Amino acid sequence: MNAARRRKQSLLRWFVLVPLGAFFLLPLYAMLEFTTRSADGRTAEVWTTLLDWRQIQEDYPELSAGVVYSLEQAALTAVLMLVLLVPTMVWVRLRLPWLRRPLEFLCLLPLTIPAIVLVVGLAPVYAWVTYFVGGSSLTLTFAYVVLVLPFAYRALDAGLAAIDVKTLSEAARSLGAGWGTVLWRVVLPNIRSAVLSAAFLSVALVLGEFTIAALLNRENLQVAINLLGKSSATISVAVSLVSLVLAFVLLFALSFVGGRRRSKETS
Amino acid sequence: MTAEAVADLRRDGVEVALAGLRRTFGTVHALDGLDLTLAPGELVALLGPSGCGKTTALRVLAGLEDADAGTVTVGGKDLTRVPANKRNMGMVFQAYSLFPHLTAVENVAFGLRLRKAGAAERRTRAAEALELVGLSAQADRYPHEMSGGQQQRVALARALAIRPAVLLLDEPLSALDAKVRVQLRDEIRRIQLEVGTTTLFVTHDQEEALAVADRVGVMRAGNLEQIASPEEVYARPATAFVAEFVGLSNRLPGVVAAGGTVEVLGQVLPLADADAAARGTAVTTYVRPEAVEVAVDSASPARVVAAAFLGSSSRVTVALPGGETILAQVPSAAVSELAPGTGVRVEFARTPVAVSPA
Repeated sequence: MNAARRRKQSLLRWFVLVPLGAFFLLPLYAMLEFTTRSADGRTAEVWTTLLDWRQIQEDYPELSAGVVYSLEQAALTAVLMLVLLVPTMVWVRLRLPWLRRPLEFLCLLPLTIPAIVLVVGLAPVYAWVTYFVGGSSLTLTFAYVVLVLPFAYRALDAGLAAIDVKTLSEAARSLGAGWGTVLWRVVLPNIRSAVLSAAFLSVALVLGEFTIAALLNRENLQVAINLLGKSSATISVAVSLVSLVLAFVLLFALSFVGGRRRSKETS
Repeated sequence: MTAEAVADLRRDGVEVALAGLRRTFGTVHALDGLDLTLAPGELVALLGPSGCGKTTALRVLAGLEDADAGTVTVGGKDLTRVPANKRNMGMVFQAYSLFPHLTAVENVAFGLRLRKAGAAERRTRAAEALELVGLSAQADRYPHEMSGGQQQRVALARALAIRPAVLLLDEPLSALDAKVRVQLRDEIRRIQLEVGTTTLFVTHDQEEALAVADRVGVMRAGNLEQIASPEEVYARPATAFVAEFVGLSNRLPGVVAAGGTVEVLGQVLPLADADAAARGTAVTTYVRPEAVEVAVDSASPARVVAAAFLGSSSRVTVALPGGETILAQVPSAAVSELAPGTGVRVEFARTPVAVSPA
């Protein structure tokens, strides 16, 4: 009876996994197939080009600029988000608990607003941003911090809920720690996986962002891919494939971080 | 434990004075003009029911809570406006407060590192503090690898390693099981006597307070009802609240008699406070079960209704002819003669009793 049940469950698992795997992997395979297609069989020319950064800079300057901008935007967004959110969330937990719900609402709000609506609101703000700090594509970081808030908030909130922030910080304070030390040496090391999750999610989100960058006339990887699609379809698809795989790797790394933390807690 | 370990952590106790402390949370007066002075090297236990303000008093002393009014003076210095991290006070919390990402020895060395102690000094002092609490063998364990009792010991070592001016213990034993609690309670007292640090111990467990403290302060509604030696608080409770809160008491009707005495069920007993009420006043008296003596007397109308075995002693409930019931503590050896229904004669030992208006 048990063996029959196990077999049935195993069948059901494959029944779900195979179509799901095909749903995700087939487009990726199709992209790979497209980028290696040539008039006389297969070629790896596109991929060798992609591996040669100098050649990309020469042949596709907008793509190389887009890659650099996106990486910078991702790094800046993750850092700015953490600098803003971690101390705020810790302070609210310690001193302003009544602000927790309003803060959560505020942080989750961008999730409910479509990117196109966000852009409508952001356009006049960015007129001022351009006026004060210039029109660099890195200024998109401000908009991206807002965009990643819901995901980062959830990840950090779970991390903070897993430790007794109040007691730990009071213990550190009584031992002579200032607020900076409490945050850096006590809170952060104990929410490291949550911080990593928040950072990974932010990076994945920023690397895939198109709407806001395109509509605010800024550069990033997705805008470059879109532009490139009009002149060199194979390169454009290859870069898309790389960025998709990168996002997969990031999310995989994220689940690995979470898994390791769980196993450490149960040991 | 080596003598050097103690000598190194020993410090001259300082006087701690809380004067006129007030703290209000909304409409609740957690502290209502509290005055409390701890002599150098003394261990004072603050005892009281939930919400009486004992933890608030400790947190105000630690600097983790601001007082609305009043002053905190330690060793003659006014610390009222000094932030918690500049007060040099070691604290052990009710909840486990070890830093989960650090080992026991790293936890103990945390405060020393903040004081810019060199690596060698940190190692030595942390090892000494762990030795003092008997956990040298667990130095490299993480908090999740230790039992609750061990974690609280490490927390105590961490608090002592910084050679604090004052040691603050906020119900440090309440999360532990009964046996470990008694063990650690005695150990805390031993260590406190060895290192000589002035200590404030907050607890709701009367047995704990009576066992470890030089003086016990019983708190109620943000103020002290009585502060005295454990023996005094137990034997001569200043108020009805103290009599009821500390230990078990029989509430019996009485009338104040001449010369600081009170007549209870036909017997004259000394009053804990001779000026508690005027002669002839009807009062409620509080008589301890161990001050009640029962002897088998089949002619007596008082009857045993129940007997509870408590180990070395037993508690016998006696119904009196007037309708009152009275608890008596008797040696367990004698309880076999006191089966329910047995007629008994009830007498009181001449120990002072507390009274309140009837």
